[in-house]
Amino acid sequence: MNLEEIESPVKEARSPGELVALVEALIFVGEEPVTTKVMAEVLDEERESVEAAIEQLQREFLARESGLQVREIAGGWQLATRTDFHEEVRKFLKTRPAAKLSLAALETLAVIAYKQPVTVPEILEIRGVQSASAIKTLLDKRLIVAKGRKEAVGRPMQYGTSKDFLIQFGLSDLTELPSIEDFEDLIQ
Amino acid sequence: MNEQPEQFTFDFLESTAQIVGGATEDLKIKIGDFAGPLDLLLFLIRQEQANIFDIPIARITEKYLEYIRLMKRLDISIAADFIVMAATLIEIKSRMLLPRDPFADEEEEVDDPRKELVDRLLEYEQFKTAAGMLYERSTIEQAIFTRGPIESDENNSEIDATVFDLLTVFQKIVARHVDEIKMEIEREEISLADMMRALKKRIFEFGEVSMLKFFEEMHSKRELVTAFVAVLEIVRTESVKLTQAVTFGDVILKKV
Repeated sequence: MNLEEIESPVKEARSPGELVALVEALIFVGEEPVTTKVMAEVLDEERESVEAAIEQLQREFLARESGLQVREIAGGWQLATRTDFHEEVRKFLKTRPAAKLSLAALETLAVIAYKQPVTVPEILEIRGVQSASAIKTLLDKRLIVAKGRKEAVGRPMQYGTSKDFLIQFGLSDLTELPSIEDFEDLIQ
Repeated sequence: MNEQPEQFTFDFLESTAQIVGGATEDLKIKIGDFAGPLDLLLFLIRQEQANIFDIPIARITEKYLEYIRLMKRLDISIAADFIVMAATLIEIKSRMLLPRDPFADEEEEVDDPRKELVDRLLEYEQFKTAAGMLYERSTIEQAIFTRGPIESDENNSEIDATVFDLLTVFQKIVARHVDEIKMEIEREEISLADMMRALKKRIFEFGEVSMLKFFEEMHSKRELVTAFVAVLEIVRTESVKLTQAVTFGDVILKKV
């Protein structure tokens, strides 16, 4: 993004309403989720004011029962359609839901998400089954990325989740994943 | 779309094996969707309504082997990992049959041979549940849409040219020259260094240079080759880039 063009020599105080509108405009044009930091830089505002503007924007969308929602995802903000309109939107776009991941791929992804960075032998240890094809699928779908080699015998490759993973699973960041210990309580 | 084939459920290990397929088709056998041996083991333990902390190892091992045998009988290749688990189960079973060492220290805790397996099963089940959570999350995410990309210069830029594009332009010129140049007269040839200097000067003066035009100015094949090498050298050493608006079209040298 070109910052020079946007910065004006004389900074005029914006009204809170104007800031909310500007934040809305930036989130709208962002190809990827727009971070609070970038918006604060572009608008030359304090992060706190931008955060407050986003909250206000979210309230406004909710209040008028908009077909859109302002959601936090992958560390940024995004404008998206409401979940309950999926049938109509899909009909309009003429798309089908993307192919679901296989059980094996989902399990492998879960192990990688919680144990990253993790090597193939470590995944085998937990799953009790070879995961080579599942790992290939996940790499092809860009859900996981190589995260360097482990300083161990054979220097095995380590894997971790990608930004696409956060986006496709609707996570703001990895800490949003429920803790693995919670699942233990759930099982027993 | 194929017609939904008739389904017959195998009465053996219900819900783990199915014969799928109509009368006319080849029979297809679908074995329950087990992600691995641990998954199968968990299923069997639950089916037997056994306590995971006190697995009736003899019974479970028997069921497990039955399942493996079924797969073999149906001529399904069994993943090696399933066999490894079978061996582990048999080993645990035999260790449990061994009498305790009568001379062993009374105080000493005797490790349950099943402990390691139970720990693995519990850990695995956590991730299996986590996988289910991810599945639900992705289903929700698939119901949400964002707008498509906005048409801009960024995503509609000139095609980056490669050395091969450059070569194609070069060959076009050479082909044209073949007809024009009937006779080569010995003359003072321009050196590569001079050619590079001339080209550099032009790039920095005009910002961009059309390769087609530049090559056309050359008088002989030798000069053309020198010009071509000069372009390659400049692209390699200087901060210029090659762009091409149309595939197989003219290549433009641009100052970065």
